[in-house]
Amino acid sequence: MNDQLVIDKVTVTYDNVAAILKASFSLAEGEIGCLLGPSGCGKTTLLRAIAGFEPVIEGSVSLHGKSISTAKYTQAPEDRAVGMVFQDFALFPHLNVSKNIGFGLSKMPAKQRDDRINKMLALVSLGDSAEKFPHELSGGQQQRVALARALAPNPQILLLDEPFSNLDAELRTQLATEVRTLLKENKVTALMVTHDQDEAFAMADKIALLNGGKIVQVDAPYQLYHKPSSLFAADFIGKGSVINVGIDAAGLLGNNLGSLSIQTLPKDLGNTVKLLVRPDDVTYDKTSDTKLPIISKAFLGPNYLYELALTDGQCVPCLTQSHIDIPIGETLPVRFDLRHVVIFNGE
Amino acid sequence: MAGVGFGTLLLGVSAAWLTAMCDFPGRKILSWAFLLPMAMPAYIIAYTYTGILDFAGPIQSILRGIFGWSYGDYYFPQIRSLGGAICMLSLVLYPYVYMLVRIAFLEQSTAVLEASRNLGKKPWETLFLVALPISRPAIVAGVSLALMETLADYGTVAYFGVSAFTTGIFRTWYGLGELTTAAQLCAFLLLFVFALIMAERWSRQRLRFHHNSANKKLVRMQLKGWHAYIALLIGCLIVGVGFVIPATQLLIWASSRWQENLNGAFLSLLFNSFSLAAIAAICCVIVATFLAYTKRVFNSRLELGAVGVASLGYAVPGTVIAVGVLIPVAWLDNKIDFFSRAWFDIPTGLLLSGTIGILVFAYVVRFLSVSLNTVESGLSAIKPSIDESARSLGARPAQVLKRVHLPILRSSLLTATLLVFVDVLKELPTTLILRPFNFNTLAVRTYELASDERLVDAALPALAIVVIGLLPVLLITKSILNERARHE
Repeated sequence: MNDQLVIDKVTVTYDNVAAILKASFSLAEGEIGCLLGPSGCGKTTLLRAIAGFEPVIEGSVSLHGKSISTAKYTQAPEDRAVGMVFQDFALFPHLNVSKNIGFGLSKMPAKQRDDRINKMLALVSLGDSAEKFPHELSGGQQQRVALARALAPNPQILLLDEPFSNLDAELRTQLATEVRTLLKENKVTALMVTHDQDEAFAMADKIALLNGGKIVQVDAPYQLYHKPSSLFAADFIGKGSVINVGIDAAGLLGNNLGSLSIQTLPKDLGNTVKLLVRPDDVTYDKTSDTKLPIISKAFLGPNYLYELALTDGQCVPCLTQSHIDIPIGETLPVRFDLRHVVIFNGE
Repeated sequence: MAGVGFGTLLLGVSAAWLTAMCDFPGRKILSWAFLLPMAMPAYIIAYTYTGILDFAGPIQSILRGIFGWSYGDYYFPQIRSLGGAICMLSLVLYPYVYMLVRIAFLEQSTAVLEASRNLGKKPWETLFLVALPISRPAIVAGVSLALMETLADYGTVAYFGVSAFTTGIFRTWYGLGELTTAAQLCAFLLLFVFALIMAERWSRQRLRFHHNSANKKLVRMQLKGWHAYIALLIGCLIVGVGFVIPATQLLIWASSRWQENLNGAFLSLLFNSFSLAAIAAICCVIVATFLAYTKRVFNSRLELGAVGVASLGYAVPGTVIAVGVLIPVAWLDNKIDFFSRAWFDIPTGLLLSGTIGILVFAYVVRFLSVSLNTVESGLSAIKPSIDESARSLGARPAQVLKRVHLPILRSSLLTATLLVFVDVLKELPTTLILRPFNFNTLAVRTYELASDERLVDAALPALAIVVIGLLPVLLITKSILNERARHE
């Protein structure tokens, strides 16, 4: 195992309340991880524990095989070789860009330090802004300085705390992809915190989904989206509705939804199941006999997102091409494609 | 008090309205010139105008020369009166209102004003119906500050022979020797001060709600033709009467006795004042830095309360602080004296009272909040994430202080020192009561000479105070210029 970061059953308290409870997670060298969850789920607390700003009560954090935080021992943040990009970037306002980047290199000989600063400036393409001060830079540029500053001392892991939340919405996904390329090219192990699943999907190899201080699922983005292990994950990730449907022994569903292949079903199902229906599980088919009334619709540019009522009043989403434009109140002919649908036990 | 409240309101709001909402030739110069009277302590402007307007002064002499009147033939307002005192105090205290209201005007949404015009209201109706009500918290805050200064004023009312709290305290203390009555008067005065503090705090909280962070371009009303001239005239009149005329008079007086007065005694006066102010300023900044860090690190209710109490001093009149400091110290002195007589048979006399130390202590109590505010606002610019990023880049806590905090804080520490320095230099009543025997400062000397009707001799130390008092005005001007860069 060449795990760079190992978090083993870590508990962190914040104001005497457990903010993180027995969390376990690991990252291989060069892997980019993400802690994803709603605000207040404890993801930032966990990140700060890895950086050494919060002590752990239980469990351990190890970096490159060396234990850095346990219940008895907390290595000082300055001794950890952990780089961090802060949510507000936290650039030093009294230092220019090159001095900001050089801040963590004070132990290096001057010549070597200048080389390293120039290399980092080139890396984030800010060579012409070396003498500028943080307030003279745009948000995206500040973010790149923060990144270069954190990477300059060659940390064993880079932590990013909501790194894109201070930027314009259009910039976010683009920058996330850029940052991912940069980190991958330099084989940096990184762990990011965010509440935005698009950022997480764009950046991460591996996502840990948190809820209420617990890690509820660790998976690759594709798995997390298509195989959520809990109702919370299903609800939090992506669009979709969870509906209650009756099911009989042959796998026939209520509400005229068709049937599920009985072989793929878990054995201990009752007579109702919860189904996660994603917009792409319900497709438009004008030859279909299943016609559902339209409750609402939203124009998304290339697509329309319709909300359709089932016979018992529950709603399912449906994504169509945007030239299929039917007014609210009329019906939409659809076909259910339940091969990828996620099934949970009823109740 | 009501008079000063009204006077500062009128002058401050009209000055703010002219410079914030209108545009006319000379507006930019006026917007900082309106601050100049702040450099003029009220007791100095008071005795300067007495010199100018008295029976023997230039104005009345010229009038008599022109019309051939003699004493008693004509009516001339008596400057040494309640009305005179109100005018003097209003003239130098309105900048408090001006500063706060101007910012309020600049930051209020122009859309609201435009909506009012769009709904058919004339500019002046808009002022009274919309702009002023919106800025009410700023106005209340400014006027309360001015009123606190009014309550604290001793020099003006004493010089004009107007009965006020401060002069009453002084008289009962020195004239009647009644400590208890003086202390009672102090307590009563504090009641008023407390009410003002509440008013000020309350309106500052409201200020936050009214604060409109929307980024908008300020469109000033263009004044043309005679409107512009009137605006300019009003502006020049306020600044002229509040600063230029008295300053010029001081300059004339000072230069007329230049040779005699600029002697060793004056230099030692300068030295006394400067060293005292410097010591007090440095003490204040050290204590303030300590408190600000305590608040930052612990941030618990107890510490917040302690810092809150410590910062009340500025609102408390100097006379009250002096009395408040003197009573316990005298008690302590007596105890020490009693103790050392009883045990060692050595009379220590008054060990602490009447020393520089006690004076500096009183200054720190009074001016701590000035330095505390500055240091705190400097410190608030350093977000916790800045500390953390320095730590995660390998800096130890002591290095964080040296490499990050000190460089960022340097300018606010300097500003804090400067502000306290100037305030101490101007402070009259505290110094008057607590100074060591035969220890004179610029402020005390000015006041003594003026009380002895040696107005011309008093001009040199007074001028020194005014010149030094200009320093913080320059500082504020600088920040106003920065602000303008943001708004225009």
